[in-house]
Amino acid sequence: MTASIATNQTILVVGGGISGMTAALEAAECGKQVILVEKAPVLGGRTARLYRYFPKMCHPTCGLEINLRRLKQNRNVRLMTMTEVTAVSGSRGNYEVTLKVAPRFVNENCTACGKCAEAVSAEVPNPWNYGLDKMKAAYLPHNMAYPQRYVIDPSIVGTPEGEKAKAACPVGAVDLDMKEESVTLQVGAVIWATGWRPYDANKIQPYGYDRFPNVITSLEFERLADPQGPTGGKILRPGDGKEAKNIAFIQCAGSRDENHLRHCSRICCMASLKQTQYVREAYGDSGKSTIYYIDIRAIDRFEDFYQMVQKDATVSFVKSKVAKIVENTENGNPILHGVDTEGYHRYATEHDLVVLAVGMEPEITGVKLPDDIILDSSNFIEGSKDGGMFGAGSAASPLDVNRSVQSATAASLHAIQVIRKTASTEAA
Amino acid sequence: MTTANQSANLGALERYRNNFLKEVEANVEEGHMVKMCMQCGVCAGSCPFGPHWEHSPQKIFMMIRAGKRDEVLGSDSMFMCTSCYNCMVRCPRELPITHIMHGLANYAHRLGIAPKGQPTREFATLFWNNAIKKGRVNELTLTLRHYFRGGLVSGIKEAMAMQSIGLGLFLAKRLNPMEIFGGHGVKDLKGFHAIIAKAKEIEDRKKGFTA
Ligand SMILES: Cc1cc2nc3c(=O)[nH]c(=O)nc-3n(C[C@H](O)[C@H](O)[C@H](O)COP(=O)(O)OP(=O)(O)OC[C@H]3O[C@@H](n4cnc5c(N)ncnc54)[C@H](O)[C@@H]3O)c2cc1C
Ligand code: SF4
Ligand code: SF4
Ligand code: SF4
Ligand code: SF4
Repeated sequence: MTASIATNQTILVVGGGISGMTAALEAAECGKQVILVEKAPVLGGRTARLYRYFPKMCHPTCGLEINLRRLKQNRNVRLMTMTEVTAVSGSRGNYEVTLKVAPRFVNENCTACGKCAEAVSAEVPNPWNYGLDKMKAAYLPHNMAYPQRYVIDPSIVGTPEGEKAKAACPVGAVDLDMKEESVTLQVGAVIWATGWRPYDANKIQPYGYDRFPNVITSLEFERLADPQGPTGGKILRPGDGKEAKNIAFIQCAGSRDENHLRHCSRICCMASLKQTQYVREAYGDSGKSTIYYIDIRAIDRFEDFYQMVQKDATVSFVKSKVAKIVENTENGNPILHGVDTEGYHRYATEHDLVVLAVGMEPEITGVKLPDDIILDSSNFIEGSKDGGMFGAGSAASPLDVNRSVQSATAASLHAIQVIRKTASTEAA
Repeated sequence: MTTANQSANLGALERYRNNFLKEVEANVEEGHMVKMCMQCGVCAGSCPFGPHWEHSPQKIFMMIRAGKRDEVLGSDSMFMCTSCYNCMVRCPRELPITHIMHGLANYAHRLGIAPKGQPTREFATLFWNNAIKKGRVNELTLTLRHYFRGGLVSGIKEAMAMQSIGLGLFLAKRLNPMEIFGGHGVKDLKGFHAIIAKAKEIEDRKKGFTA
């Protein structure tokens, strides 16, 4: 049987968020060869777009920095950005993977001097801020971007704007002739660390995210609170740019709901508890946060954090899943309607801004994966039938950063075992 | 209250003593789903009745679990439900709320402990008896019975208030005054009555009303 097992010692990690970086580094630091592919132009994934981390309220850049340092010191990881997996064939120990590499239009000579961005006037929606503002069509995704290399948006390629960027570059790094490429690789094991995406809030019809500008998602709120965000860290509501001081958080927006996501997204209670502290940070005692919830699920050690927030006089809790939101057309305030479970009181309460604690759904929902992959009823990756592919982090389950890192480390160990077994079978 | 009702009620009381939830699960349409309710409040907040009734589905389901048998079976809320299905399409746990509400109303009615004089219950009874008689609804006698349910004076008042609608229906050939003499029935009336009797027998057996 030896002949049918290929000699492949490489581990492929798909997704360069905190989970993918961790999985790749753990294996690489054990001396294994790793290819890390990321579809965005930078590493970091969703966490890099958070303002602060619960439970310690530190800045995400801190954790990112440590991982980037590990990455720079290690020769075993080959990083490919703007790259997606399009096909996987073969089986455990011997996969053939096809990758699609999108053109960046900037080569490795780039020094991130920013002259191309100065020269260009065209703007595109900024995905970094969930489209809340715009950015130049020649850009560095964010300050901590790794690799530190600019990107030219395809919309200006072939236009005078693209030529302006090219002419401005002092080192000839802008290459407008770059084309999409297809690459085929042999690998022994695959770790899927493709992460999560927010549930589409437009689908929660009674909350009117699509109709009311002052109803936003928890992800957008992270960007509003961040000094690097679209408002420079001021909590200004999108409807009219006014300061939002009286803020409602609606839990389980799309989670724990058979009409939407059936699972509990596990992190959103903590995310809202954390975000009440952004309100406190911005307004002190004059801010007001109200959390509408079914149950607060601050899992295991996070209970301390919950108790800390409960003691905060600016935060109140209403045990009720909000039934619907209507807009006060005079002042643009959302009005929340529902019935609370502690006494069955009917309420109609007005707030300046509503933050929907949207659920996490696997990023690969709707993406064609190898047939061998096993998904759970919410499309989280459980593994593969042949035991050579693994889910890691929030691709495997709705997890916070700490638990994502644990999950990624476990996946890395599984992948190393596959590689070792393949090697020993070949030696025999 | 008939004896059959009474003994069924006492029988149920005896059998389920302290566990009204079990009683509902065994006897009420979709009753086994009541325990799935997580008390989120969406149904209560979505019902067009809003504050105009005493017990929202959320409250009823909690009362069932709390063993509030008399309050639940004596509530008129289930009879108020208009079957708009708003609650049901929004319930995050997919409880068939509308069906449970009707199931509860039906159960309370059969046990003879549903609220007396509840208009929906009365009208439903009138409608049923009317339809059963000839196999089709006699709109004229049904409306008249309905108007005169509160006695002669109020009946004349109600009929007067509705007379333009009645006239309209008459002109549109939707109301035949000759129907007052009994009206026409389905072809095989005997067979129809046999079908209904059999259906009732099966349902009674299923729901434990064989006393
Ligand atoms: C509002 C909110 C606040 C939060 N706050 C906190 C907090 O304070 N503390 C905390 O611990 N957790 C928090 N979380 C959870 C945290 O965001 C996740 O735990 C974390 O993002 C998981 O990292 P990940 O690497 O698994 O996934 P991701 O961050 O989603 O990274 C996945 C990466 O894979 C890439 N990718 C996806 N598909 C492909 C593909 N097909 N090919 C190549 N690459 C692909 C993506 O571009 C991305 O870079 C919060 C979540 C929310 C919603
Ligand atoms: S592409 Fe050229 S101009 Fe743009 S940042 Fe890089 S080196 Fe500077
Ligand atoms: S973590 Fe909280 S808000 Fe998120 S789905 Fe679970 S219960 Fe709902
Ligand atoms: S919507 Fe469903 S789960 Fe929520 S209270 Fe009503 S019946 Fe219970
Ligand atoms: S179906 Fe009945 S209980 Fe449900 S919302 Fe409509 S009227 Fe209310």
